[in-house]
Amino acid sequence: MKSLRLTVSSLFLALASATALADATLLNASYDVARDVYKDYNPLFQKYWKAKTGESLELKQSHAGSTKQVRAVADGLEADVVTMNQANDVEFLADKGLVAKDWAKKFPNNASPYTSAMVFIVRKGNPKALKDWGDLAAAGVQVIIPHPKNTGNGRNTYLSAWAWALRQPGGNDAKAQEFVGKLLKNAPLFAAGGRDATTTFMQRRLGDVLITFESEAEMIAKEFGKGEFEVIHPSLTMQTEFPVAVVDKVVDKKGTRKQATAYLEYLWSKEGQENAAQNYLRPRDPELLKKYAAFFPPVKTFTVDEVFGGAHKAFVTHFKDGGSFDQIYVAK
Amino acid sequence: MSAPSQRVLPGFGLALGYTLVYLSLLILLPLGGMILKASELGFAQILDIALGERSLAAFRVTFVSSLLAASINAFFGLIVAWVLVRYSFPGKRFVDALVDLPFALPTAVAGITLATLYAGNGWLGQYLEPLGFKVAYTPLGIVVALTFVTLPFVVRTLQPVIEDIETEVEEAAASLGASRWQTFVKVIFPAIGPALLTGFALAFARALGEFGSVIFIAGNIPLVSEIVPLLIISKLEQYDVLGATALAVVMLAISFVLLLVINVLQWWAASRHKSGHENVEPLEVAAGKAKQGEGA
Repeated sequence: MKSLRLTVSSLFLALASATALADATLLNASYDVARDVYKDYNPLFQKYWKAKTGESLELKQSHAGSTKQVRAVADGLEADVVTMNQANDVEFLADKGLVAKDWAKKFPNNASPYTSAMVFIVRKGNPKALKDWGDLAAAGVQVIIPHPKNTGNGRNTYLSAWAWALRQPGGNDAKAQEFVGKLLKNAPLFAAGGRDATTTFMQRRLGDVLITFESEAEMIAKEFGKGEFEVIHPSLTMQTEFPVAVVDKVVDKKGTRKQATAYLEYLWSKEGQENAAQNYLRPRDPELLKKYAAFFPPVKTFTVDEVFGGAHKAFVTHFKDGGSFDQIYVAK
Repeated sequence: MSAPSQRVLPGFGLALGYTLVYLSLLILLPLGGMILKASELGFAQILDIALGERSLAAFRVTFVSSLLAASINAFFGLIVAWVLVRYSFPGKRFVDALVDLPFALPTAVAGITLATLYAGNGWLGQYLEPLGFKVAYTPLGIVVALTFVTLPFVVRTLQPVIEDIETEVEEAAASLGASRWQTFVKVIFPAIGPALLTGFALAFARALGEFGSVIFIAGNIPLVSEIVPLLIISKLEQYDVLGATALAVVMLAISFVLLLVINVLQWWAASRHKSGHENVEPLEVAAGKAKQGEGA
């Protein structure tokens, strides 16, 4: 009994001293499936920062749905940095005055240290010969996606299909809406989230094609084995960005601006980029992209800014109440 | 007010004060805040949000499936409660403990499990789908999830009441010539009716607000299988807090009216049952009357 108490109290002391030893603490509020990326990244940065400044940092993570996270930060969660999967969410913090209005220019590449692409996952041998977005709207094809209105993953799919339809000969917004409508009619359900869609497709074996992030495909391979499915890169797809920003209001209060900025800058370092690549996210560094070419075949991509005039505009036009998604379902 | 001094139990003032503060902190304050927030919108705007085609469909799906789930549980829950109280069989305690599981299980786990079970390749789905019953990803799936989640309410409210009914009463009814069905309808049902209504109301109310289990099995197709809580989440995803509160307030108002109606019904049933006692009409007499009624 005594030894147990001793162990507990020494453990407590050790924890307390670890906290006391840290010169500063940073909290990173991040999206849901970023756990692995930052779990691997944080020790890299701690080592780098210690060598550079002699300071030991404590790094804390908070993960949840991207939109939920920014709402929490707006409501007072003291995150020094946000690392999100939708520009729209950082935009929300900028509107609230927590993040600089020009956050996207504070770091290179639109403040997105790595990217991913939306790809098709089909059953082994691709029995329905699904090669491009056009094939997904054909009669008798079942498409598995998360809810386009409520999830980032679903929105990216929706916008990818829309952009593809726009670029077809004679393409315009009306035709794109008609095409996306046909594609959505092929969805027997809208999954609650990205992982739920994966489970529905892989485990419950529902549908002919799952549309998801390229990075998710590797997760599926780990979980279900490579022999079960094939990855198809369509002729055009969205380059999905993962914007990061320093939360000005918090770092000014805590005096951690220097550390927080360095934490995000280091994502663009060789080590940071390599870590992203190892987590199946496309690094911005062209050399690394080449090094990992087996994971990342060249694809023709568009950005939301190019086709939709920015994430916020795309959101308002398509996913806000009364937007194009609602118009597809609710005949006015 | 001399009432407190006449009470048998001391501490009425303190206990009442505590009750009011407790309820205010826990229930009135958050609900008040919500209504206050919603009042930033005009009444017309709230109606506009609630009467949109998608919202209307979601309200219909939510209320109909909750009502169905509560009804299913009222019927089968009564049987379960009856069996658990009146019969003894090996493993009874185990079965009794099973009833509470839906309370303990995180609802998302329940939803995912049910979806896996009832999907086209699931243990149950593979037999049901060839027969034309698609459960997972249809409104039927919503009913299944809600029935699962609300099962304990009916069983647990009925059990103590059934325990209170003495078997002698049934024997008396039988000895006076009442048939089994008459004993149930005229003797037992009036005694358990109010509790059954309470269980039904609790199950219904719980089903209305259920989110976690439903979204994994519903399919979430607009106008077909979207529930109101999903629309509320959807509004929050758009940073539309006002719209979300508007939907919540409308939901709350309808639920409140429905629960009030059920409570009045229950009060009415209870007072009828009680007045039967006060008129000193023993159950044996009631049973005898029932017999006469059958003869006529």
